[in-house]
Amino acid sequence: MTTPPGSILLVLVASFIGSFGAVFLKVGAGRLKHGLWHILNVNLALGVAFFLLSSVFFVLGIRHGELSVLYPMVALGYVWTLFWSRLFFHEPLTHQKFVGLGLILVGVFFVGLGSQ
Amino acid sequence: MRTAATTLEAPNKARARRQALALVFGCTILGAAAQILMKTGANHTAQAGVMAMIVSLPLLSGYALYGLSTLLLVLALREGELSLLYPVIALTYVWVTVLSVVIFHDRLNPFKLIGIVIVVTGVAVLGGARE
Repeated sequence: MTTPPGSILLVLVASFIGSFGAVFLKVGAGRLKHGLWHILNVNLALGVAFFLLSSVFFVLGIRHGELSVLYPMVALGYVWTLFWSRLFFHEPLTHQKFVGLGLILVGVFFVGLGSQ
Repeated sequence: MRTAATTLEAPNKARARRQALALVFGCTILGAAAQILMKTGANHTAQAGVMAMIVSLPLLSGYALYGLSTLLLVLALREGELSLLYPVIALTYVWVTVLSVVIFHDRLNPFKLIGIVIVVTGVAVLGGARE
């Protein structure tokens, strides 16, 4: 069984949408410090909604093709999240994070090569 | 007094860390099982059509298991050090690959193997990064 490029694209879109889920969860989790009843806040709800939407794209993506190719692509979500952390939360992009990011990109590229 | 307190606290801390590690390890297996269930459900819908997604039992169980593993992971992450737990989390990629080969008969090749090793290393390095 080969993995169609469309399936890979769907999983990439899923990882992208999911990374926004993490951003909203982070904002929502920050509000929890003011009391646990803040668990019902818009940001947490949006975070969960983004994760659910992302999972729909993921399931559509894995309908065809190999899971051993498609699942590792989910790791690209870490790459997007790193960018949002820098952009929205001004977290420093350290040397080590940069190395991790590079390794994930190279690894996903190799897995993609292995899909044929 | 201080030395007595630290000697008392040290084994507790070590035990909490071991428990967090064991919990995260369990989460990687649950998470991988969830992926397999989701793939099984998704495979069914590949034949039965997209609308079958809503009623697919393996898919729904996959979602439930994924939710459970995420919840346990959050609990474990509250206790343990992230830099220590992240390399364990990355094991999920290994389990999913092994299970894909065993259950779905995915073919392994050098590219996939090297890719997985590099991705796992990358996630571990990323998680170990300190602010």
